[in-house]
Amino acid sequence: MHIAKDLVAASATPLVLGILADDESYGYAILKQVSDLSGGNLEWTDGLLYPLLHRLERLGHVESGWREAAGERRRKYYRITEQGRAELAEQRRQWSAVVDALQSIWTDTQALTVRPALEG
Amino acid sequence: MAIDSSADIEAQIAQWLGYIAKRRELTPADADELEDHLRSRIADLTEAGLSPDEAFLIAVKRMGSLDALSREFAREHSERLWKQLVLTGGPDETTAAASRLDLMVMIACAALAAIAIKIPAIFGFDLADDATFYARNFSLFALVPLAAYFAWCRRLRPAVIGLLAALFAVGAVGANAYPLGDQSQSTVLTAIHLPLALWLVVGVAYVGGQWRSDRRRMDFIRFTGEWFIYFVLIALGGGVLTAFTFATFTAIGVNPETFVSSWLLPCGAMAAVVVAAWLVEAKKAVIENMAPVLTRVFTPLFAAALLAFAVSIVVTGNAIDIDRDVLIRFNLLLVVVLGLLLYGISARDPDAKPGLFDKLQLALVLAALVIDALVLVALANRITEFGFTANKTAALGENVILLTNLAWSAYLLFAILRARTPFSRLERWQTGYLTVYAAWAWTVVLAFPVIFEFA
Repeated sequence: MHIAKDLVAASATPLVLGILADDESYGYAILKQVSDLSGGNLEWTDGLLYPLLHRLERLGHVESGWREAAGERRRKYYRITEQGRAELAEQRRQWSAVVDALQSIWTDTQALTVRPALEG
Repeated sequence: MAIDSSADIEAQIAQWLGYIAKRRELTPADADELEDHLRSRIADLTEAGLSPDEAFLIAVKRMGSLDALSREFAREHSERLWKQLVLTGGPDETTAAASRLDLMVMIACAALAAIAIKIPAIFGFDLADDATFYARNFSLFALVPLAAYFAWCRRLRPAVIGLLAALFAVGAVGANAYPLGDQSQSTVLTAIHLPLALWLVVGVAYVGGQWRSDRRRMDFIRFTGEWFIYFVLIALGGGVLTAFTFATFTAIGVNPETFVSSWLLPCGAMAAVVVAAWLVEAKKAVIENMAPVLTRVFTPLFAAALLAFAVSIVVTGNAIDIDRDVLIRFNLLLVVVLGLLLYGISARDPDAKPGLFDKLQLALVLAALVIDALVLVALANRITEFGFTANKTAALGENVILLTNLAWSAYLLFAILRARTPFSRLERWQTGYLTVYAAWAWTVVLAFPVIFEFA
């Protein structure tokens, strides 16, 4: 299934913040988690995750730090901040409102049936 | 086989990182982050059974095109497109510590220059009353600390430091040993030529003692152009500072005139000499050199102006008005033309084919030569009338020096355009000519007062 670009972009911030709210993580792991959570339907261009992470960091929603395990590559980890949690809560409220509205439309059977074109 | 393919993958990753490194929007830290991502992806894909080659291709494809990546990074980090000067700090700890130390030494040398100009005041030399003393000596106050800064930067050998000290001592003697009157022409000549002579001494320190190398000499010429631009910029800032000092202090009924004229301006100007030099060194790799940029802009304009002037002389038949200062004015013109030529050369790729800009430079130099020749012809008739005073001789000598340089440069430019001689010959001619300027400046400072009997 192909998900429209706008939808992918709009959902990116709450997804990343939500994943980081669980535990700190790094870019590649975040992407994998997004892919797992969406059953493979949400596929981002890998590289574009990083500008997003940097933007969230600049806004103060996440903070980052390099970590180096012995014998491994150094890796940049991201951690959610208090402000980030507040942002996530806010996003969640907004998304709930959108999802609720959509939900009530989906239950309206008329919306799902394709009506024949009006004859003029 | 396995080793082969992993080495192959390493080479491919290195190549990809090379492309990343070329993007200004992406810092080395970003590159590290992306590399980590790429390697994780490749590791996952090979684990799933792909060959390393395939895994690499897919990982790179999923990363997205470099253009799209750079664009996104640029949107988030637009400041990176503007190259910034990092005062202290660097990619790692040692360079950061080194640049901090460098900053400290620079501040010390600038402070030294600022203090040095106030020391004579202790011995009763007043800036306003003994203006000629300061006119003869100001270059010593500023350029000795500057040379000291470079001596430290370049870790000069004691022999070179000794040579520098000796040259500065000679300069100090030349400036002060002769019994020159306040009105004497030699005082003015010394005030103009000693800074030039000492600046070239600073050049010896700048090139780390390798003054025979024409590459290093060219570096010093480049440095001089950038230094001048930074110095002017600092002076403009200083002007704003002065204006604010005046405006704010007079508002509370305190007159800051004495403070400004005897502390802020002299100390600030002296310190600015060192600070500007340090800025050039620190910014060398950060931004495009300004002098060649200005040269590119002004070479065509000056060429047009000079050609128009030369044509006007011929068309109108008006003689050049030979007054007392005409030679000095046309000397300045030649200096500007020489500067345009020099900074055009300094930024030119020596291996590039001769092009339009070289023709423009030739036109500029030829126009200047024609004009100067007209001036000299007009002057020749009346030289006896004016007589050979110190000023006149100096002006005439400089004209001959500049004219010789430009004439030979014009010949070389012509040969270069005809592809008969490599461009580097012009470069070597100019760098070699620095010794002529040095010799002349020292002659004026040391010999002229004696020759003209301290007039």
